[in-house]
Amino acid sequence: MSDTGTRVVEKSYRKKDWEAIVTGAPLYTQDLEPENCLVVKLLRCPYPNAIIEDIDTTAAMKVPGMEAVFTWHDVDQNMRRFTEAGQTYPEASPYDRLILDQHMRHVGDVAAIVAGKNEKCVDRAMKLIKVTYRQLEPVLDYTKALDNKVIIHPEDNWEGRDFANGDAKRNLCAHEESENGDVEAELSSCDIVIEKTCHTKAVQQAFMEPFCTWSIIDMYGRLLIVSSTQIVFHARRNVANALGIPVSKVRVIKPRIGGGFGAKQTSVSEMYPAFVTWKTKKPAKIVYTRRECQIASSPRHEMQVRVRLGAMKDGTIRAIDMYTLSNTGAYGEHGPTTVGLSGHKSIPLYHTKAFRFQADVVYTNEMSAGAYRGYGAPQGIFALENCVNELAHRLHRDPIDLRLQNTAKEGEIMPAYFGQKNTSSGLDRCIEKVREMSDWEHRYPCVKVNDHTVRSLGMAIAMQGSAIAGIDVGGATIKLEEGGFYTLLLGSADMGTGSDTTMAQIASEVLECPLDSICVNSGDTDTSPYDSGSYASSTAYITGRAVLAAAKEMRQRIIRRGAELIKSEESFCDFDGSKVSDGKQEVSLFDIVASTTGGNSDSFVVNASSSSAISPPPYMAGVAEAETDLETGKMKVVNYYAAVDCGTPLNPAIARVQTEGGLLQAIGMALTENVTYDRKGQVLENSFLQYKIPARPDIGQIHVAFASSYEDSGPFGAKSIGEVVIDTPGPAICDAVHNATGLTFTELPITAEQVAMGLLKK
Amino acid sequence: MNVSITVNGTVIKEEIEPDLLLIDFLRSHGMKSVKRGCDTSNCGACTVWLDEKPVLSCGILAARCDGRSVTTLEGVRDRAREFGAFLADEAAEQCGYCSPGLIMTTIALLSENPDPTPEETKEYLANNLCRCSGYEGQMRGIQRYIAWKKEQGGKA
Repeated sequence: MSDTGTRVVEKSYRKKDWEAIVTGAPLYTQDLEPENCLVVKLLRCPYPNAIIEDIDTTAAMKVPGMEAVFTWHDVDQNMRRFTEAGQTYPEASPYDRLILDQHMRHVGDVAAIVAGKNEKCVDRAMKLIKVTYRQLEPVLDYTKALDNKVIIHPEDNWEGRDFANGDAKRNLCAHEESENGDVEAELSSCDIVIEKTCHTKAVQQAFMEPFCTWSIIDMYGRLLIVSSTQIVFHARRNVANALGIPVSKVRVIKPRIGGGFGAKQTSVSEMYPAFVTWKTKKPAKIVYTRRECQIASSPRHEMQVRVRLGAMKDGTIRAIDMYTLSNTGAYGEHGPTTVGLSGHKSIPLYHTKAFRFQADVVYTNEMSAGAYRGYGAPQGIFALENCVNELAHRLHRDPIDLRLQNTAKEGEIMPAYFGQKNTSSGLDRCIEKVREMSDWEHRYPCVKVNDHTVRSLGMAIAMQGSAIAGIDVGGATIKLEEGGFYTLLLGSADMGTGSDTTMAQIASEVLECPLDSICVNSGDTDTSPYDSGSYASSTAYITGRAVLAAAKEMRQRIIRRGAELIKSEESFCDFDGSKVSDGKQEVSLFDIVASTTGGNSDSFVVNASSSSAISPPPYMAGVAEAETDLETGKMKVVNYYAAVDCGTPLNPAIARVQTEGGLLQAIGMALTENVTYDRKGQVLENSFLQYKIPARPDIGQIHVAFASSYEDSGPFGAKSIGEVVIDTPGPAICDAVHNATGLTFTELPITAEQVAMGLLKK
Repeated sequence: MNVSITVNGTVIKEEIEPDLLLIDFLRSHGMKSVKRGCDTSNCGACTVWLDEKPVLSCGILAARCDGRSVTTLEGVRDRAREFGAFLADEAAEQCGYCSPGLIMTTIALLSENPDPTPEETKEYLANNLCRCSGYEGQMRGIQRYIAWKKEQGGKA
């Protein structure tokens, strides 16, 4: 067995759950709910900023079948607040929520939790709750939130971490700054300085399975929560905090998840049935409507990113100065952490003499933002890559050559990436690859199709991380089981990402057994080893490292026991997956296992945890080919060419589909997915009728290639794939539109209407 | 009101509320493959066949199905497994929440048109949203399934 062997790894096995999925087996939270669950719904506030003066539930409770209506009177307003963010303790996100608060901070904030025996009675009761609100002036413009006279969290029990540098009295959720070298001096010595302010909106993950959770009291009197979540362990803590009960009283299980993309890295729906069950001791469930998923969930942080990029006439980029203003909405989930990625996962793409990154995260009376694939990176990369594309135009340089001239190379120290070394990079090969794939030499900048249609190219590069360095913990437990198979217990969350399968591939590779001999069980706080959860591009890398370590340890224990049984030396023996042999004698795995289930005092359960001091970046280059109708402004991405360096793709089919999926989400963000608030603080795009995620006829072709490096610290050379794939389309499409129309956009989405109007004004 | 609805070949006679949606009727009878994704008849996750034609079960009253025949994925599991294997070869089932609707619609397409072009396929499946796969892998799986069916000598 060697680390570079790839008997099972790097092969496109079907996902272990494929057959259950395609035959429609009951696998998801809602499919598994117990009989007689109370139906829980939330009465939501229609105002962006208001105090509940009075709430009368008398009439509502008279509806037959009603169990309870809970209001802020049922929650101690002075208790310790909590966060819904799924983050390692101590969470960077402020403790700024109560499960029911007298102060409503956005349209959709929860005024009452309503529980009854069926949907009908709950719906009727909701209409009979009389709430008297005292409306307050809202803050709906995040650029005016800081030091506004309206304070969104005036309460005394707001609690932020010192390291987040927040100040609720200033509507400041967090502040960050970092720099290297003298940015101002470098910029003033540059021949050219590109300055841009770019804006990206609070786009929705739009997972297909809405937020849903059910809960019961189990046989030991504990609260058992089954939920569509990426973060069982953090959800357990969040619920305990929200209810003010010991963590030991809570167990969280995740079945199959119908898509997460980061949305379910926040405990959006868990609190409510948990609260009802804890109070009533009865089973309770909640299923968000799509409208609720659109208006009161955990979308991307809206950001305004100002970049000053300094370069010399020969194209050498010397300095990058970035300031990001992030809108965390009414609550601070992921506010302090997302913003950092806008700088730390864009600036290090380039070798510079100096950089500065500053950021403010502000509260507003809009829905709380959260984690969405890419976290803050797509926002920062959109701004920075727009600047680099403009630099290419201004210097009359090919944007591909300009990138190759300036990218940070393998082995370099990356000051803006926390001083980490660039341990593995296939970025330049990715760039060359998309040049070739897109026939760039012939098709850039544009080709006329007919008198009013143009096909044009634009490109961008990107990086992300592989888990949060020094924080994320991957966990794996491997048990040797009767007859000679293994169970692999994981705390990570396969949300369609196939991680249960890729983790099993790693174990199978090391233990030299068929993939079917690794049975995976994941996502149960009582039985899984601790794992931070599946977010921050962590699972392949950090949980993968834990699986690798556990499998190696199991292998060694099997060899040791086998050597004992054949009375040989451990160092003379090897294991081929089915027997241990020293070349002369051998003993089968079956007999080894038998020796562990009778008269045995050595454990054949191995545990491994893994954390990493570094977070090796995956890289990507993307070229968008857009077709633009110059008369109507209608655009379509007819081809998207992408090359990815995710290290070793543990399962190429899964890595490829992850890439294609992330790219299309980003194409949606670039062209059709809009988020608009009206003057009353309401989101207009509150259903799939208004919020246009790409459908099949909208898409062209997505072409994916891998230009992998080998990351020594990753399992079998792997880095991450999940997030980097969403980073390039925004700026690539933006430049493609420019190359077709001459118009410069700094905001997403770029709509046909904007293009048509822009062309009219020219 | 009383209805008699044939679900996957079994007649179910029941008293129902007049405003009961077909999706809720089906799920209450254990047909958990039928998924609710959007509430506005946009996502296609709840697609079933009503008298062999694909319909969105979130947009039709159970009462309207009185005397009619409904097929869910549970009723065509063998076919689903056969086709689904091609999706799985591309890892394109991903989270799987949209898979039942996609599979029901694809099988319906292939019974109407055994050899659709990619454009015809995209058009027919326009209402089956997927947020995981970017559609590419699903389209590859569908094309390969059609080709395989042809190789088998049978119609797709």
